[in-house]
Amino acid sequence: MADNSLVIALAGNPNAGKTSVFNTMTGSAQHVGNYPGVTVEKKTGVAEIDGRKVQVVDLPGTYSLTAYSLEELVVRDFLLKEKPDVVIYVDDASNPERNLYLAVQFLEFGTPMLIDLNMMDLAEKRGITIDTDKLSRLLGVPVVNTVARSSQGIRELLRKAVELAGEKRPWRAVEIPYGLDLEEGIDQIVSKIGRRADRWLPVGPRWLAIKCLEGDEEVIKQIRTEPDLAGELEPICHRITDHLRVTLDTSPEGLLAEKRYGYISGLLRESVKRGIVNRIELTDKVDRVLTNRLFGPAFLLFVLYGMYQFVFWGSAAPVEWLSGFFNWIGSSVLGYMPESYLRSLVVSGVIDGVGGVLGFVPIIMFMFFAIAILEDSGYLARMAYILDRVLRTFGLHGNSVMSLIISGGISGGCAVPGVMAARTLKDPKARLATILTVPMMNCGAKIPVYAMLIAAFFPGGQANMMFALTIISWAVVLTVARILRWTILPGASAPFVMELPPYRIPTLKGLLIHTWERTWMYIKKAGTVILAISIVMWAIMTFPELPDDKSAGWDARIEASASDEARSEIETQKAEAELAFSIAGRLGRFITNITAPLGFDWRTNIALVGGFAAKEVVMTTMGTAYSLGEIDPEDSTKLSERLRDNPNWNPLKAFTLMIFVMIYAPCFVTVVVMAREAASTISSGKVC
Amino acid sequence: MNKTITLRNLKPGQAAIISRINVQGELGRRVRDMGLVPGRPLEVIGRAPLQDPVEIKLTDYNLTLRNNEADYILVELVGDN
Repeated sequence: MADNSLVIALAGNPNAGKTSVFNTMTGSAQHVGNYPGVTVEKKTGVAEIDGRKVQVVDLPGTYSLTAYSLEELVVRDFLLKEKPDVVIYVDDASNPERNLYLAVQFLEFGTPMLIDLNMMDLAEKRGITIDTDKLSRLLGVPVVNTVARSSQGIRELLRKAVELAGEKRPWRAVEIPYGLDLEEGIDQIVSKIGRRADRWLPVGPRWLAIKCLEGDEEVIKQIRTEPDLAGELEPICHRITDHLRVTLDTSPEGLLAEKRYGYISGLLRESVKRGIVNRIELTDKVDRVLTNRLFGPAFLLFVLYGMYQFVFWGSAAPVEWLSGFFNWIGSSVLGYMPESYLRSLVVSGVIDGVGGVLGFVPIIMFMFFAIAILEDSGYLARMAYILDRVLRTFGLHGNSVMSLIISGGISGGCAVPGVMAARTLKDPKARLATILTVPMMNCGAKIPVYAMLIAAFFPGGQANMMFALTIISWAVVLTVARILRWTILPGASAPFVMELPPYRIPTLKGLLIHTWERTWMYIKKAGTVILAISIVMWAIMTFPELPDDKSAGWDARIEASASDEARSEIETQKAEAELAFSIAGRLGRFITNITAPLGFDWRTNIALVGGFAAKEVVMTTMGTAYSLGEIDPEDSTKLSERLRDNPNWNPLKAFTLMIFVMIYAPCFVTVVVMAREAASTISSGKVC
Repeated sequence: MNKTITLRNLKPGQAAIISRINVQGELGRRVRDMGLVPGRPLEVIGRAPLQDPVEIKLTDYNLTLRNNEADYILVELVGDN
């Protein structure tokens, strides 16, 4: 049992090496969850030092402590509500200026903290020497040097942190001088808040004053809950704003930022020496090639194609094993249990359901592994850089490309990992547009349906038709995304400005931890819902059963059949009748009116209803509905021939069905994942 | 006094110093958080294949931003290039 009495939080810029520090401290003793209602990952772990166990929380990386992004909001809420005993601020020593900008905001916030100057090796290479003691004195907090990637200094850091956490220091904010104009405003606000400051603890009135002047939405919302206070503060803020605009042609926000950076420059002048290093950084050299006008896009296509191959070829064997395993369990149960509803429920509902959840696991694992490589190496940001101009035209973001490809932009993908890949998108509107449209790509489960119909009605034109379907799905997805961004997701996109982090070689440990924790989240979160829906799908395709007299009639005919052939013929006819009588069958008939203009009869409609379970089911259900018995999705010659010979079918109808299968409701696994991913984006309140 | 232009018009290889950030609100905040404030030196490393976005180099790190965001950032050319 871990001694959770001490909580240490890790904070810092993205790419400052926070995750390396966290992994080194906690090893495999980690747990990943989400912050309530948002997709921002909450990582906690247990670290041990000198026989003592402490809880470590890896906060999301941010550039600021405003309430502008979801991550920033999460960090601030965590600090205020959970009040960790100490914050370790992980600071990239090779990029001191911008990293200290956030450190200073933490100091102003007042939480007990210490600074970890990480990546000291890289700083040295850049000719940066930092006088740690001096910096520590200037900032008034302990400063420790580390190189987290090689575990250097981590124990020392942890020991210092535990020591500091044990002291249970009260919050104490550092005051940064903001110059006459702003200080006057700050003083006035502080005195107006006066005794009411107690309500806001642990943050001090000065911090509130600064946030008021900055126009921080969250703080202002809080202040408005006390109308008399808001009434006193707002005129002050307005006056300062007007004054700064007239005299300095700037805003309080802008001036506060400039003063903070000025303060940091002062700190660095005293504590940092820069040698003259006149060499071009490796990252810049690599970028000259990888973002080159001609070679860049070519390499990007190569990476996308390689990633796609890796994900789907790599996971093919495990997916096969898993489905074999579940088939084996299914048939074992069929063998051991007497025929009953329970058996049918266990086999078609539970085992198929669990199999459905776990069947995606290898694909998702490989996908997250591929994304982790792209993320950790720094290439992901370059993908966005190269493709942004194109995808922005459709209201998407450069990083939407991964979702598009994985979902089936190259035929045969899967929308489940595709939708999850949209997590790499920070722009909420572009992210929603991506999540809502990528399921219309040609995923692997739609391919057998296409193959069957193409074989029946477009013989000889297989390759051309498949290619046409790929182009059509891209056109549909991009068009719908554009329409969504014009209609239900209107407005400007979030700022694109982002860091192009230095290229780094990912560590295997980091990749594996990333992959596993995200995969586990899928199993845990989506799994339960999918199992439940699977049972519902089983029920609507089974109930109600044929009335006894009808069923008995069929059974009598089966008994009376002259040969085995005739017997199986009648059995499949019975299956057709049963399906037609079930809720799914009735639903199929019911929507015939709606699908009539498309030329679909009730048999096709049932198949489409079943396709909600999984797109492969379209085939098997059509098989039953056309009295063919079990259809193997891999070999659909029988169904193909039956449809070709059916006078109600023609190439146009087949083509219509293919397009319909492409764009109608995604399978329910995708829907569950879409709902989870989209809900958290919407609930962040940054969309509408 | 050196010539002041917008970041959009700065050419690859040209060095400049930020003289003014002309935008407020979300974008303004983001731009400042990423270290783009008056007085900072920067250099354009290159542009994406379709000329947008642009990659810039600051003292210890690289950023990318869209041209329509670069419009709000005024820079003063350094030296005689």
